[in-house]
Amino acid sequence: MSAPVLEVRGLSVAFGGDGRRRGARDAVEVVRGVDLTVEAGTCVAIVGESGSGKSVTARALLGLAGSGALVRADRLTVAWADRRDASEREWRRTRGVGAGLVLQDALVSLDPLRTIGREIGDPLRIHRRMSHAAARARAIELLELVGMPHPTITVDRRSGELSGGMRQRALIASALALDPPLLIADEPTTALDVGVQARVLGLLDEARARGAGVLLISHDLAVVSRIADTVIVLDRGAVVETGPTAEILGAPRHPVTRALIEAVPTEVPRGVGLTTRDRPVRSAQPVVEAARTASAASTTGRTPPPPPAPALEGIGLSKSFRVGAGTTHAVQDVSFRVERGRTLGLVGESGSGKTTIARLALALAAPDAGEVRLAGEPWSPLPERDRRTRRSRIGAVYQDAFGSFDPRWSVGRILRDALVAARRDPSDAAVTALLDQVHVPTDAAARHPLALSGGQRQRIAIARALAGSPDVLVCDEPVSALDATVQARVLDLLDELQRDHGLAMLFISHDLGVIRHMSDTVAVMRSGRIVEHGDAERVFTAPEHEVTAALIRDSPRLARGDGSAGFR
Amino acid sequence: MSDLELSNRAVRGRALPRPPRAGTVAALAFVAFLAVATVAPWLLQTADPLAIAPREAFEPPSAAHWFGTDESGRDVYSRVIEGTATSLLIGVSATAIGLALGLLLGGLAGLGGRVLDFVVGRVNEVLFAFPGILLALLIIVLWGPGPVTATIAVGLSTAPGYARIIRGELVTVRSSGYVEAARVLGHGRARVLARHILPNALAPMVVLATLGIGQAVVWASALSYLGLGAQPPAPEWGAMLSAGRTYITTAWWLTVFPGLMIVLTTITTTVLGRALAARDGARR
Repeated sequence: MSAPVLEVRGLSVAFGGDGRRRGARDAVEVVRGVDLTVEAGTCVAIVGESGSGKSVTARALLGLAGSGALVRADRLTVAWADRRDASEREWRRTRGVGAGLVLQDALVSLDPLRTIGREIGDPLRIHRRMSHAAARARAIELLELVGMPHPTITVDRRSGELSGGMRQRALIASALALDPPLLIADEPTTALDVGVQARVLGLLDEARARGAGVLLISHDLAVVSRIADTVIVLDRGAVVETGPTAEILGAPRHPVTRALIEAVPTEVPRGVGLTTRDRPVRSAQPVVEAARTASAASTTGRTPPPPPAPALEGIGLSKSFRVGAGTTHAVQDVSFRVERGRTLGLVGESGSGKTTIARLALALAAPDAGEVRLAGEPWSPLPERDRRTRRSRIGAVYQDAFGSFDPRWSVGRILRDALVAARRDPSDAAVTALLDQVHVPTDAAARHPLALSGGQRQRIAIARALAGSPDVLVCDEPVSALDATVQARVLDLLDELQRDHGLAMLFISHDLGVIRHMSDTVAVMRSGRIVEHGDAERVFTAPEHEVTAALIRDSPRLARGDGSAGFR
Repeated sequence: MSDLELSNRAVRGRALPRPPRAGTVAALAFVAFLAVATVAPWLLQTADPLAIAPREAFEPPSAAHWFGTDESGRDVYSRVIEGTATSLLIGVSATAIGLALGLLLGGLAGLGGRVLDFVVGRVNEVLFAFPGILLALLIIVLWGPGPVTATIAVGLSTAPGYARIIRGELVTVRSSGYVEAARVLGHGRARVLARHILPNALAPMVVLATLGIGQAVVWASALSYLGLGAQPPAPEWGAMLSAGRTYITTAWWLTVFPGLMIVLTTITTTVLGRALAARDGARR
């Protein structure tokens, strides 16, 4: 079979325009003339920012674009079958036998009431007419194939009983069940820990090696560079650049591609902006030079000797939670300190206790043992009443900015409220000043957060945290929910604000690249303990603990043409 | 900056005025009709609802008597209009009683701490175990029949449902990101409760109450039908249904028109409730 498994010419998808419900509006074309070819045994990646039409393209290829969508193509051959004007029945056949789909959110893609075995066995029973017993046996085989621990037990579990990584593997197993010649994976690793991410990518790579065509969709070039042979860059629904992965990464021609590559934080040393590479943001001194000085003189750093009391300090913190009959030790004997104008990066897999530390630092939870000190004074032992007046000294930025806004409030009201909390005058001028600080147009004050993009929402959350002119900023996964390029702009903003205000930052992320870019010192967590702690450069270049080494090994990095950091 | 462009598009999308649906308009018109019938029934009536005219008994609907006449020759249309006030009053007050009690119980459970939550939860479960109408019957047996008892009975039997929903809303909102954000900003408990928790938890109650009125009207009519609510000859929809039951094979209009009013009122409140819910949902 030499014909490609997927061949698409001039695909366009439009929404609206049928005048239903929201009144007559012109059709919005979100995908415009996309050409795409996936050969058997190769991996093609579609990359682009959110809103560039990646996911719509993937869905259109499986007839899942939705009832309001108008899909047109000069050629649409999926698994060697012409699927232009295909009926729903024909599409079902394609989806079952011709192509497997792996979606980003495995939790909602699996039916919570059904066991994993049934979910995987379904396509086998429907398309291969297997018996229940045979389908179950095959499901166990597939779970083994995707490296699921204890497949014979897991097969009878429901999705709610599995971790994120296990769910994603179950989903891949169900996509592989019929051994389809084409696999479409839409952001399959976003929101997963790096270790799991590496395993999931490995699975896709194995499927490719067995002869399947893989279409991978991602906003993260670093992920894509590991397994893709060809990269297609989408912008506003159109292909702006396409070519072999090494070529695209090594010599990008289109500005959109360049922006995507620059946005990968791993490649950029501390202090250099991610969006404007030519202009060092932090200091006039060459930054690489600065980093060297810092690592050579490990304790002093590049700023004058820090004042004796750190802005934020945790001493011997422990916190456990009762879960059912047992007890989970979320944090065990953790100590840390964050100096003014410096960033402590806290990294670790999910469940390692990072967020508990953030909650302890913000005094949203009380430690079982140990103490949090703010600017050298007791913080966690205070009664909440006494703490309240000092809460403006410490600000917080969360992963889910939108969820941290009252759904009934406008941006202006959110910021005025924060000013009131900090006992400042909630004037329009003060709100405007806050918006200016985070580079959001001032007319946003009248809007509802719903009307803002993800990046702008996070900026508003940062502005709110700054309303009290805090000394310390606790950022818990502040950019994890954002696209690579938007993420880069928000990181640059945080960097700039730290420089302007001398903020001490406790920066939490599961993304090593982000941590490396943002931190002066790094603490690596595992099962509630800090396993390694030290100067950022040192930790990343010469990790001492195996956990750190594994994190570094698994974290996605741009694989350039020279193949030095490839996955294979 | 592409995130600015995106937001502009989003704003334009929101700014588009959405025309109200035909169903909503019709429902609003019917509510206006009900309001007039309640406040100034004489504006709509064509005859005295209590005047007897034995010679005109059992006349089918005609130009003179739109909904026909009953066994005593009373004009059914005028009686239906007259009965609006009683039926609606029972429905609205019952909902108000149920909601108030639900707020109290739900508030205690949702904000009062673990012990209260447990106690209220168990009491609620016991109340839930009885069908609502059975509970209402029990209350009427204790206090004697009549419109006031019927109102209280319906109100009491709807309270556990409201309490449970309100508790759920309070618990959800209390653990939401924005309540935590308000705490981090340094706002006190009272302010967080007044500014964030109560408004967000209680906003859905408007929708719920609107939906509840229709339900309460049906229940009140059911009680009247059983002879436990409004007493004849007072024109109340449920009581009229009950009185017309005897003649259902010969004079269908005696039961159909009061029944139609009950059905239309319920549908109207449901349509409006859902329209409110949709608007609320769009805002969130």
